[in-house]
Amino acid sequence: MDRSRRMIPALAVAAAAALVLAGCSSSSGGKKAEEGADGASAGKADTPRMTVALVTHQAPGDTFWDIVRKGAEAAAAKDNVELVYSADPVAGNQANLVQNAIDQKVDGIAVTLAKPDALKDVIGKAAQANIPVVGLNSGVSDWRDLGLLEFFGQDETVAGEALGKRLNEEGAKNAVCVIQEQGNIGLTQRCDGVKKTFSGTTQILNVNGTDMPSVKSTITAKLRQDSSLDYVVALGAPFALTAVQSVSEAGSKAKVATFDLNKDLTSAIQGGDIQFAVDQQPYLQGYLAVDSLWLYKNNGNYSGGGEQPVLTGPAFVDKANVEAVAGFAAKGTR
Amino acid sequence: MGMTQQAAPTVSPPSAPGPRADGRTRERPLALRLLARPEVGVFLGAAAVLVFFLIAAPTVRQGNSMATVLYQASTIGIMALPVALLMIGGEFDLSAGVAVITSALTASMLSYQLTLNVWMGVIVALVVSLGIGAFNGWLLVRTGLPSFLVTLGTFLILQGVNLAITKLVTGNVATDDISNMDGFEGARAIFASSFDVGGVQVKITVVWWLVFAALATWVLLRTKYGNWIFAVGGNQDSARAVGVPVTFTKITLFMLVGFGAWFVGMHQLFSFNTVQSGEGVGQELIFIAAAVIGGCLLTGGYGSAIGPVFGAFMFGMVNQGIVYAGWNPDWFKAFLGVMLLGAVLINLWVSRTATRR
Repeated sequence: MDRSRRMIPALAVAAAAALVLAGCSSSSGGKKAEEGADGASAGKADTPRMTVALVTHQAPGDTFWDIVRKGAEAAAAKDNVELVYSADPVAGNQANLVQNAIDQKVDGIAVTLAKPDALKDVIGKAAQANIPVVGLNSGVSDWRDLGLLEFFGQDETVAGEALGKRLNEEGAKNAVCVIQEQGNIGLTQRCDGVKKTFSGTTQILNVNGTDMPSVKSTITAKLRQDSSLDYVVALGAPFALTAVQSVSEAGSKAKVATFDLNKDLTSAIQGGDIQFAVDQQPYLQGYLAVDSLWLYKNNGNYSGGGEQPVLTGPAFVDKANVEAVAGFAAKGTR
Repeated sequence: MGMTQQAAPTVSPPSAPGPRADGRTRERPLALRLLARPEVGVFLGAAAVLVFFLIAAPTVRQGNSMATVLYQASTIGIMALPVALLMIGGEFDLSAGVAVITSALTASMLSYQLTLNVWMGVIVALVVSLGIGAFNGWLLVRTGLPSFLVTLGTFLILQGVNLAITKLVTGNVATDDISNMDGFEGARAIFASSFDVGGVQVKITVVWWLVFAALATWVLLRTKYGNWIFAVGGNQDSARAVGVPVTFTKITLFMLVGFGAWFVGMHQLFSFNTVQSGEGVGQELIFIAAAVIGGCLLTGGYGSAIGPVFGAFMFGMVNQGIVYAGWNPDWFKAFLGVMLLGAVLINLWVSRTATRR
């Protein structure tokens, strides 16, 4: 058992290497080049402290949900709200998290309805406990039936339809819609929406979203298989950026459009690698959901009058307006 | 003891143990002896899949398409190699998929946040990756827990750490773009460039994959260390009894997996410039599948390094072949599963036929 003694030289070498290389800094890029940018701040309310639970179906490490959460945090900071964030992509677990929020006697719950049936019971319990519940992001067709107060999000099918129409304007003939998570309802609805309004051919391609090299080669393969493809429609920013690489690798002339934004994507739009993005403004969804609960508690308001959803998308970001958005995307809030 | 004997494939076919030179049995025919090699079944399976798609999907016949298939195979294959060696050594590693992302995140964040030459990040990431491997191996040897439990633990830890640290450091769940930083081009040339072969763009990972495979084959068949791997995987106690350094062998095998994770992680970082912290989950099963299809037994002590090469190739071929064939994508995963099971069954049938009588 002299392993620990053998580890010491290894650690010493590592430490020495770290010290030597510490002098080896990059003259371009990196943190030093990044401008110090703080998130939006709108002051702070002096209303009594309240607690809001935001429960989503986020999978770990997804850039989209990170933006939703930042919006919620910004609203919470402004409204003197303590935000309790939790998430689980498995519907049953998400229901448990909502129950957990009820047990904590929070003052309001914001929830995503990716699988409405699984959340029906627990949302009923929240009503019994007199806790107002609002919906966001997914569930635009179910929130009223479940008795939620209001809803903030985009209708995925409507967003898909908007993108399909845009493809017609761009003169596209043959598009492939790339689904990075097979079986995800929202993603399927987007492609269905595209199919509905796009007058050309819409094909579907499933890729393994947790493995980027695989995403890249699968899109490349598809572009080679059908050389008449002239548009790749991605359903998430990182996948759109990878699709750009696939297009050049396949020697294809296809253009790339996408749903959702991030900071690298805005520079790709600026550079002309990506034509346009449909933005559902996730920051707004998180922000409005929390803010609405504050408004309800302090002034009895509800947006949409309890009848209509409040739509946060689809907003198009393309070369014409990307400048205005890029700065916010760089901060990770658009 | 029989297991260690069996372990050296150059000496005798693994499935023909026991006394053979007593005159009761004749020398088995060459074809059967060949079939008993761990990689032959998967070779036939891979050939069958290749021929199938060459017929079913005309696009596959182009050189570029084959380059794409090989690229996909190489990113799986580079990891499948150390995973296979580890499996021959009697253990497996569930943390291998997320460890790739851990490595890429480390390199990216370190160089970006401290504004260092990216090579600095690359080197520290290597240290971190080898460290994770060493930790897995050390804990396993120290506690005697099954590798399933130990690496399930590290799998969950890494998954959480990847996410939490990335968020803590960058404020986002993806890393920042490092493509304009010093050293990036050089690192890209090594980990993620491509070169031209008769008008076809071939990814450098394909070359690395084959180089590593050749190296692993040599180590496994021609070195003392290779014998140790077979020995500890066959029977740990007898191996220890005859003087094989079991602890050293197991820990270094886990570190080899760490090395593979580092290499693939660097490839991902330098070909996509940024890394999403949630990636990698589920990849460990694909690496293990490639090794198993490649003829490595889950029970250890048997397998080869060349088998997983064909295993990874088959995975890439099926994966891309379905797309090239233009089949209904709803069935994608099911197609994949059926073809892989089919290949494993061919594998099984070949080895049974070969070892009968």
